[in-house]
Formats: sequence, structure tokens, C-alpha cells
Amino acid sequence: MRSMRSGYHRGMKLFVLAGVGLVAACAAPAAKPAAKPEPPTLDIEEPWSDPTAGVPQRAKRPVRDRAAALHNADAAAIAIRHATIMTANGQTIADGTIVLAGGAIAALGPDASVAVPKDARVVDGSGKFVTPGLIDAHSHLGVYAAPGARANDDGNEASAPVTAHARAQYSYWPQDPQIARAIAGGVTSALILPGSANLVGGEGFIVAMRPGRTSDDVAFPGAPRTIKMACGENPKRVYAEKGGPRTRMGEYAAFRAAFNEARTYLTKQATYERTRALWLKKKARAAELDAKQTNPRLRVKVEAAPEPPAVDLRLEVLAAVLRGEVLVQIHCYKASDIAEMVAIADESGFQVRSFHHALEAYKVRDLLVAKGIAINTWSDWWGFKLEAFDGIMENAALFTQQGGRATIHSDSAVGIQRLNQDAAKAMAAGRAAGIAITEDQALRWVTANPAWVLGIDGITGTLEVGKRADVTLWSGSPFSVYSRAELVIAGGEVSYERSRGSMPSDFELGNSATERAQ
Amino acid sequence: MRRLASIAVLLCAAPAAAETIAITGATIYQRSDRKLDGATIVIRDGRIAEVGAGVAVPAGATQIDGKGKVVTAGMIDTSTQLGLVEVDLEESGNDGRFGTQPTEIHAAYRAIDAYDARSVAIPVARTGGVTSAITGPSGGLVAGQAAWVSLADSAAPLAPIRAPAAMVLAFGRNAVAIASRGHTVERLRELFDDVDNYRRNRAGFERNALRRLSAQRLDLEALIPVLDGRVLAVIYAGAEVDIRAALALAAERRLRIAIAGGAEAWRVARELAAARVPVVLDPTDNLPGDLGAIDVRDDNATVLSRAGVAVAISALGGSSAVRTIRQLAGIAVAQGLPWPKALAAVTEVPAQIFGGAAERGTLERGRVGDVVVWSGDPLELTSRAETVIIGGVIQSLATHQTKLFDRYKVLRK
Repeated sequence: MRSMRSGYHRGMKLFVLAGVGLVAACAAPAAKPAAKPEPPTLDIEEPWSDPTAGVPQRAKRPVRDRAAALHNADAAAIAIRHATIMTANGQTIADGTIVLAGGAIAALGPDASVAVPKDARVVDGSGKFVTPGLIDAHSHLGVYAAPGARANDDGNEASAPVTAHARAQYSYWPQDPQIARAIAGGVTSALILPGSANLVGGEGFIVAMRPGRTSDDVAFPGAPRTIKMACGENPKRVYAEKGGPRTRMGEYAAFRAAFNEARTYLTKQATYERTRALWLKKKARAAELDAKQTNPRLRVKVEAAPEPPAVDLRLEVLAAVLRGEVLVQIHCYKASDIAEMVAIADESGFQVRSFHHALEAYKVRDLLVAKGIAINTWSDWWGFKLEAFDGIMENAALFTQQGGRATIHSDSAVGIQRLNQDAAKAMAAGRAAGIAITEDQALRWVTANPAWVLGIDGITGTLEVGKRADVTLWSGSPFSVYSRAELVIAGGEVSYERSRGSMPSDFELGNSATERAQ
Repeated sequence: MRRLASIAVLLCAAPAAAETIAITGATIYQRSDRKLDGATIVIRDGRIAEVGAGVAVPAGATQIDGKGKVVTAGMIDTSTQLGLVEVDLEESGNDGRFGTQPTEIHAAYRAIDAYDARSVAIPVARTGGVTSAITGPSGGLVAGQAAWVSLADSAAPLAPIRAPAAMVLAFGRNAVAIASRGHTVERLRELFDDVDNYRRNRAGFERNALRRLSAQRLDLEALIPVLDGRVLAVIYAGAEVDIRAALALAAERRLRIAIAGGAEAWRVARELAAARVPVVLDPTDNLPGDLGAIDVRDDNATVLSRAGVAVAISALGGSSAVRTIRQLAGIAVAQGLPWPKALAAVTEVPAQIFGGAAERGTLERGRVGDVVVWSGDPLELTSRAETVIIGGVIQSLATHQTKLFDRYKVLRK
């Protein structure tokens, strides 16, 4: 029954189409009465013209890929011998040797098992410790540069609650004097984020920690796109008198509205793409038909090309988030706020990479770990604002015990200089509370786990052969308050050597008595 | 019966009375530079009774096995807002934060009048081995009078250790409301002249026969002991130029001063030592954050200490970070400060600066029983304060945070 019906329908359709064709074919000659004067027809025909042709396309910023991260022809070979090597992937090698060559880790293991190349610079690591270079998943270096002058206040585009199209890279000043101090703390890469004034502050900037002339000089090769969002006290404080949101419910409504807008934008774009594809097909077909047509008056009627929807850079970024192309980093403190952002992500169909600060993550660690969402937190910051009132020192330990990825981040130009110490404090607090955090786990809080949060864990974050030569040599255990970074190597190049001191930034040259004396 | 029971409850709830406590077989830093191994310390009636290797444990004493442990005097944070600022960003929980008007003088403000000993931050500070603190106002040109308070748990308000402990002033950029550092000095000179004028002619002041003075009566009164050198003036200043101006003003008016902040103090080390002016600093303060004070360095404390300046180490303000001062002291060691000087910077030196060295800061016989038993090196990150004794009483180390941990260590479905 069913097949007969559909066959009937198909037949009818064919019949109707044929009829239309017949009418079209007969119409011209038949409709010419001899007596009546012919009404003038406009015989100027627009060709099938493509409005996008000839419009200059936007060039994309060149992106250096993973290969660039792992290959540095300029990097001389370095071997650190007889050190305790902590790999951040489960191994501690006593009397170990690590060889770095061509920007990557060439070999590591017990000293006796590692061949040191003849041309390598050999560093004696006796009594010292080697770890992966530290990674800070939350920094504002370069966008809130020193000196803390109004002129350097480039971290919060607090002019609208959603500025997804802003990018930390645009603000980044690679001569911020704070950068060299962070490097002296053993840091080799960091996620530079816009501030938390806005619900969506803009894209983050993943940097290889070194001074540079331009931001492109320090962009981490092969790093993915990532975006900063913020919930809770900050956006509502900033926007309360600037049109809102002024409450948490206003914030979460605004997030939903923004992602709705992005979805509508995507729908419009998809509709346009479909319509344009159809138009292109029709155009091609028309060309075919017209080629066979000898009578120019019988050419296929031209259809106007569909107009492309206006490009909205802000919605482009949110749309990319919905398409899963951007790692989502969200500043949130309280369990209730965290859960609401997870609900928004679920409704909107994007994945949250990690929550930042997340002082109450321990209260919802089951929810976060089940969804594979990481947290970035401190060891002992608390109480500086009401949403930080319930911070506890066991946060990272509890989250780790639950099976989640935690990082210790800084959000501070002072804290970034001692991420290892903050990890030590969080480890000690966990242990004191009966949570058996290993040194390897604590080291991962400032190396492998932030590498994952930044999406560069395939490149750096652990000491493994073939990974990028991001390495720090410590004077003693990285968990001791007395230890200092002695040698920091990023991408195979020495970025800090304690015996030589830090390189002053452009700003500092000739600008202080200390620097002038050098 | 019911009445008896309620009395029993009251007795249990009251703070533990000072008992006799003996910590045995410990490494005891009687002073920062006097280490006793395998020693015993006896605390009786709230004070240190005995310290030494051969000290006997009194009968009935609460005994703490100090084997493998380190015992120090309770730490003192010299620059906090404990009990004044509960949550930094919430104005409703803040007291003594001034600085919206360029002519603000709050000399008569007494932190002790506003100090709330029930602050949630105080038990947290205790977990860091901090047993007393200077708490004071901030902002304006003259912020007011700081107090030295015990951080002991107590049902009834405790008398301050010393109030006023100091008058808090700010120079240069630290005087947040004043755009000009020159103007700061000018205004202070005028203020001090007005104090002179006022005290010479109180009767005239009452008759309204004096020229217009730059401060209110109570503020002028409060500044008299400062000008007499009886009350210490703690001057917040970071830039070398401000520190020099503070030294000049102190010499001119014979003030007793301490510098707090002091990011560029190392550049004035010789002069500070000669004038016997101590410096309260945070050794992590190494960023050229202030256009007027960019000559900052990691080893500020080391340079000052070598020059003979008394250095105290503090988290410099607020309430939530007080427990971190031992880490800050450890960081100073990593930057070259000898370990005993670092311990002194959070024990003896603060007590000396605020005139209480005969009572606190060391573990000599007769001193107040503010004592901390550490699981290891007190400045090391992986050590912790295991027992905190204040005024001879073992303190609870339960805090808002430990209670949250207990509630959430197992998640209920």
C-alpha cells in the first residue's frame, strides 16, 4: 500500500514538472498577438554573478605547529648529569641524566644508561633535582604588566559583558619585567588570560616563557585556542551600574542568551551555506542549459545570489566554542556557581576544559571528575572575597583523590615565581589530612596537569623522550622553601641561569640604580 | 540536677585554664640563635618556667613528646588587619580602612575599639603558628593607632598586649589618597606644628582663639605621645625617596619610627641602621610595580640585615594570609638571609619593635607562654604547627576550614 502511494506521488510530481516545462517551452512564440503593441521589455540581463568574488579574504595569523615546538635547530645539546630526575609521569630517577638536543628531550635515565653527546654542554646536577618546566594555567603577565600604571591596565575589556572576540595576545607586552622573574621561578609556559570582569573576557594566549619583541615571538607553537569566561562576584560587581548583569541569575541568563545568539548565528550561517550551495548548483546548471540555448531570449532566468550574513567576530568565537574548537576556561569559586556553569555547558553542548580558582571544587568534585573537567586552584588563598570564604587547603588533594586533574595556578605575578612551593603546601595539607598525595602527583599539579588544561600535554609537561625540552634544574627538592631554580630551559634554550641572573626587560635598562651598576 | 548539668556544660565550654605543660626531648630554639637539642620546656601559670636539657617534668604536667619536633616562640605578624578586615572585598566586614580624602587624619582612631576577636581569620592564623599580631588601620595620611593583640581563643574579650602599639602613617604612594609625595611631607610638618601649637595653648583652643588647625582635637591629642617619642610611628613607605623623607622627618622631630613595606629600603640600609630604624617587609616584594620604586630586589632583607637593620617579616596587611609568614621567612633564607635572622624576623624582632621583648618573642624563663611545637623546620613548607600554646594554654586548631574539610571529606549522596 505504502509503496504504491509513494509511486503515485512520484509520478504526479514528474507530470507536473513536465507540464511546467511544456508551458515554458510554448509560452514565448504563442504569446505574441499580432495586433497589440508589444510592451517594452528590459533586455538588460544580469549575469549569474557571485557577490563574494573579488572580496579580499581575511588572512589568518600564522600558527606554528607541533613540529615547531619540538624542533629548534639553534638549541645546543645540554646534558644534566647525576641529578634526581622527577618526570611527572610516575618516575623518580636517582643519579639520573637527561640529554636535550634540537629542542627536544633526547634521552633520560640512570646516568650509566645514558650516552652524553660529545658536543653537549654538561651540567653537574649532583644533589640537585630536575623537573619538567613549570606551567601556570592562570596568569595575567604581559596584560597586567609592571609597573602597575594605568597605561598598563590591559587585562579587562570591561566595556561589555561578552567580548569573546578580544584576545589576551592583543594586549600582551612581551617586555613586562614580571616575565623574567617568573622564568627565574622555573616556569617555561603559561596561559595568559583576560581578567574576570566579563562573562566572556576573550581568548587566552598560551605563551612559551621568554622575553620577545612581539607576541608572535612567544606564542607557544602548536597550542590550541582557548577562551576565558567568568562567573560570580566579579562580572556582577563590574556591570551592576553599567547595564547589568547585576546578579548571579542575571549572569547565567546572559550566558544562556549569548550561546543562544551564537546558535542562531550558526543556524543563519548554515542556512546561508546551504542556500549558496544550491545557488551555485543552479548557476552551473543554468550555464549548461544556456550553452545549449541558441535563442538568447530563452535563457534561464537569473536568480540573485543569497547575501552572506554579516560576520560578527564576537559570535564567531562563541560559535567556535559550540563547535568544540576552543578550550573553555571558567573562573568560578563556589560550588553552586560551578554547577550552574556545568549546566549551561550541558544545555549549550560544549565541554568545559577547566574551572579556575574553584575554591569550592571539593564540594562538587564528583560532578566535575565525572565530566572530565579539571580545576586550577591555590594552596591557601581564601577569605579575600566572600566567594572565597570556604577555601580549604585540601582542595587539590581531595580533587586528586577523586581521580580528577588539579593544577596549582598563580593568578599572580608574585605567586608564579613559586608555583612549586604552593604545590608543596597543598601536598603537605593533603597528607596532614590523611590523603596520600605523592610527590609525583604534586609535581603534576604544576606540570603535566596544566599542560593538559592548555591542550599542550602532547608536547610538554612531563619528561619523556621526544617531548619538548622544557626543563628546570632545582638547587634542592622542588618542594622545599629553600630551593631555587638554577637553570631553566625552554624549547631547548636556556631561559634563565641563576649564576648569570635574570635578563632585565627593556623597561628596566638604565632605569634603576641596580641595572645601571651592571 | 539540671542546674548542675548546665554548670558542667559551662565549665567545659570555658577556655582551658593555664595548666602546666612540659614539652620533652625537643629541638628548642630558646632564642633564634640559641638552639637546644633534646631539651625540655615547662610552661606553668601561663609563662615559661624552665627550659633546658636536664629539666625535669613536673608532676601532673600535660606532657607533649617533642622527639623529632622543633619548638619555637609563637610567631608575631607585625602588619595585619586581623579582627578589623574580615573579608577584604566586602565593605560591610571592614573597619579602619581609610583613604578616600587627601587630608584624612585619623590619629584618634584606635584599632582596639573596633577589633573583633571572634574573627574567622584568627583561628586560621593560629594554624600557622602565629600567636599574636599587630592589627591596625590603613589609608589616609595618618591611619590611626594599631594594637598588639593575642590570638588566643577566648570566650571573653582579652585585654590587648599593647594599645596603642603604634601610630600608622603613610608616605608617598602609600598615602593612597594623596597624589603628591612632596605634599605628604608638607602636610605632616603642618600637622606636627599644629600639635605643638595645640598642646602649648589648650586654653586658647577651647576659647576658639587659635588659628585654624589641620586636625581635630582628639587627633591632635593622639599625636602628642608620637611627637614625644613614646609611641612608635610605623610609616608605610616603599620608595627610596619616601624612606629618606621619613628618616629626615623622624630626625627633625625626634620620632621613633619603623618603616613598613620598604621595597627599596635596601638602598637606604646604612642610614636606616645608623638611625636604628627597623624595617617590616615582605621578601616576595620584588616586582617593579610602582613607577616611583622600581629598584626592587629579591634580597632586600639580606642586604638590610647585613647592614645591621632589624628586619621583621610580614604578609603586610589583610587577615587571610597571616599564616604564611613562616613561608615568607623561609623565602628570605633562600634569598640569603641567615636562618636565625629569618626566625627572629617573625618572633624576636617584632617583639623588640613594639617594645615587648621582655614578654614575648623568645622562650626564656619568665616570658609569656606563647609556644609552638612544629613537626619539623618551622620555615619549611612540609612542616606544620602541631601544638600551639598561647599564654600557657593549648589552643584548638579547629577552624572554619577544618570543619569544612570534615564535612566534605566524604561526599554524601
